[in-house]
Amino acid sequence: MAQRITALVVKELLAILRDPRGRMVLIMPPIFQLLVFAYAATLEVRNVDIAVLDRDSGAYSHELVQRIEGSPTFRAVHRVQNLTELHDAITSRDVIAAVHLGPTFSRDIAARRPADLQIILDGRRSNAAQIVSGYLSQIVEGMVSEKLAGARRGPAAPVIVARNWFNPSVEYQWHTVPGLVAVISLLIGLIVTALSIARERELGTFDQLMVSPLRTHEILLGKTVPPLLVGLFHTTLFVLAAVFLFEIPLRGSLLLLYFSALFYLASLIGIGLFISALSSTQQQAILGAFLFATPAILLSGFATPIENMPSWLQGVTVVNPVRYFLIIVKGVFLKALPWHEVLRNALPLAGIAAVTLSAAGWLFRHRME
Amino acid sequence: MAQSAPPAVAAKFSAAATPAESAKGERARAAAPTFTRGERLRRFRALVRKETQQLVRDPSTILIAFVLPLILLFLFGYGVSLDASRTRIGLVIESSTPAARDLGASFRASPYFEVRVGRDRREFADEMVAGRVRGIVVIPADFGSVGLRRAGAPELQVLVDGAEPNTASFVQNYARGVVANWMRVRSEGSVRAAPPISIEQRFWFNPELTSRFFLVPGSIAIIMTLIGTLLTALVVAREWERGTMEAMMATPVTAIELLAGKLLPYFALGLGSMVMCTVIAVFLFGVPFEGSILALFALSIAFLCPALGQGLLISAATKNQFVASQVALLSGFLPGFLLSGFLFEIGSMPEPIQWLTTIVPSRYFVPSLQTVFLVGDLWPQFAQDIGIMLAIGAVFFALAARNTQKRLT
Repeated sequence: MAQRITALVVKELLAILRDPRGRMVLIMPPIFQLLVFAYAATLEVRNVDIAVLDRDSGAYSHELVQRIEGSPTFRAVHRVQNLTELHDAITSRDVIAAVHLGPTFSRDIAARRPADLQIILDGRRSNAAQIVSGYLSQIVEGMVSEKLAGARRGPAAPVIVARNWFNPSVEYQWHTVPGLVAVISLLIGLIVTALSIARERELGTFDQLMVSPLRTHEILLGKTVPPLLVGLFHTTLFVLAAVFLFEIPLRGSLLLLYFSALFYLASLIGIGLFISALSSTQQQAILGAFLFATPAILLSGFATPIENMPSWLQGVTVVNPVRYFLIIVKGVFLKALPWHEVLRNALPLAGIAAVTLSAAGWLFRHRME
Repeated sequence: MAQSAPPAVAAKFSAAATPAESAKGERARAAAPTFTRGERLRRFRALVRKETQQLVRDPSTILIAFVLPLILLFLFGYGVSLDASRTRIGLVIESSTPAARDLGASFRASPYFEVRVGRDRREFADEMVAGRVRGIVVIPADFGSVGLRRAGAPELQVLVDGAEPNTASFVQNYARGVVANWMRVRSEGSVRAAPPISIEQRFWFNPELTSRFFLVPGSIAIIMTLIGTLLTALVVAREWERGTMEAMMATPVTAIELLAGKLLPYFALGLGSMVMCTVIAVFLFGVPFEGSILALFALSIAFLCPALGQGLLISAATKNQFVASQVALLSGFLPGFLLSGFLFEIGSMPEPIQWLTTIVPSRYFVPSLQTVFLVGDLWPQFAQDIGIMLAIGAVFFALAARNTQKRLT
């Protein structure tokens, strides 16, 4: 039996690796994706332009504008002369925000009346705009506490000391790269597996496989091992890149990471084989894999946190393998996730793998044409 | 029928043709005998009908063109959101003074936090590792006793989960907001209640900061990329893989007719999907539609050119469904997601990546689409974006044509 399975595994590996373009696709795009998306997928806000409409030109407005110009966050500060120009600057996306200082700004501060300051932000980019608004408020607060401390007689405000655990200097890549490990493995693993049976169906060789001495579970095993090897190869590639190229600290146990990667890959392969057994052409298999992958990535917490989703949708994410592996990868890299927490997330992966692999096996036998 | 055309009629039609058409005719003549325009039109119609039937009869195209868009719109409309609402945090009150209790109550009343209260920060340390809380707010032991009256203000610690930087920065900002509000309420009645500068924030085009309003238009761009690039690349790559493309090439049909016949149904499918998504966005999700339908169609048609051209180029260059799907994913779908400004700010990316985004067609489509929905018609901007998209499309088509011809010789 071992011999039969080995033969099938070798045949499957050949089917994936024989074509030079197929080999290239397994190596180049994942590296390219990791490099480009690690730098691109950032919610940080830097190098944005903002506009200032200073209708006051007093001492305090000058001071404030200078402080804004001195901030490293903003690439350029455009001076606009009137509200029409301000409107155009925001509408055309030249600036993400505009600071509007009224004609009585400095006089109000001097007279100790509350001075009004308006920040107008581009709601089309509301996430970035909120962050910019936070920066601007901090600049204003800085000026108030340094220049106008005397003007304030109420009780002193508590000083807030914020600390970022696990990622003290808030490197966005520390968050993105471990996430990409899970996401890129998903995209490749799923398509490689989804094609395996659909290709045989399209070429008509699947029936031959079914009448061969191989039992269903042996076929299943023979179809599972090659993508598993490919997946482990990718995981290794990504871990090496994360540690040596992106210099992300690997604080937890590598063994735990590989242990859970096995379950993650098995669950992906189960889903891939299930889709594959369901499709009759390669095109259907690829599109089916895609139909699963897109919501799986969106509902994994990779780009947007799961806790922001409505609770019924959070319930749906329970069956999403990406969600669990994302917690494990990020945890093992940044938080030295203890083994019982890894297990808590690896068990659902094992469950998903068991269900989907058996379902695929059942479909093998029952979907004959 | 075509073979029986009398040569005289063909010559008459050729003479009447415009220079551009006669150039096309010459190319056709190189591959096949001449045909009248009417015959070519009939032949073309037959091709389009064949492709359309093929498309309609395959359940997987319907899946990608109508089911996936619905799922995506649904997820972006209801589920996926960058707006942190009720983030779980741990609140550690080490002090038992009234001020500390009062501030603690403010945190608990905040709509942004779901607060669990503890006495020791170690209680929450493990929870933070597991990701079950995203922040810990510590009100220290000396808070409110002498602190508020002393010159040095008391310290309040906000510990956040740096593994989730975006959530972490929101937790920090909201915590600052809670404290600022608390201060305002407490200092009411004392002499100078109002702060020296009061900041008024206004978010134009999206005052409620609903991320759905800009995510849904952005997802329309992604759906059209899927249909234009992924689906087209797969369908044409399959023809190459099965050898039916070569078979078609051997018929009198010219390469241009053949490719145009293939693309037309996908062009229609892309526009149909766009219309469906727009109707759902406006009527179900309440996304405002400030611009004109004309602008929406002009932009969409302009975007479909590079999208279809890219799909065609991928299939002509790879001629293999697996490779085509991976390349389409890598060069179409993921850039549409990550390099278009849909979720991530292009300005914040490193210089080389910003340069890379200039050849991503959706980079010009997503912002314009958001503008059509949320702001209105901004023709100077649209004209520029449409021009660039058409130019990219022309380059893709030219490359695809070159790749297709090479194969024939």
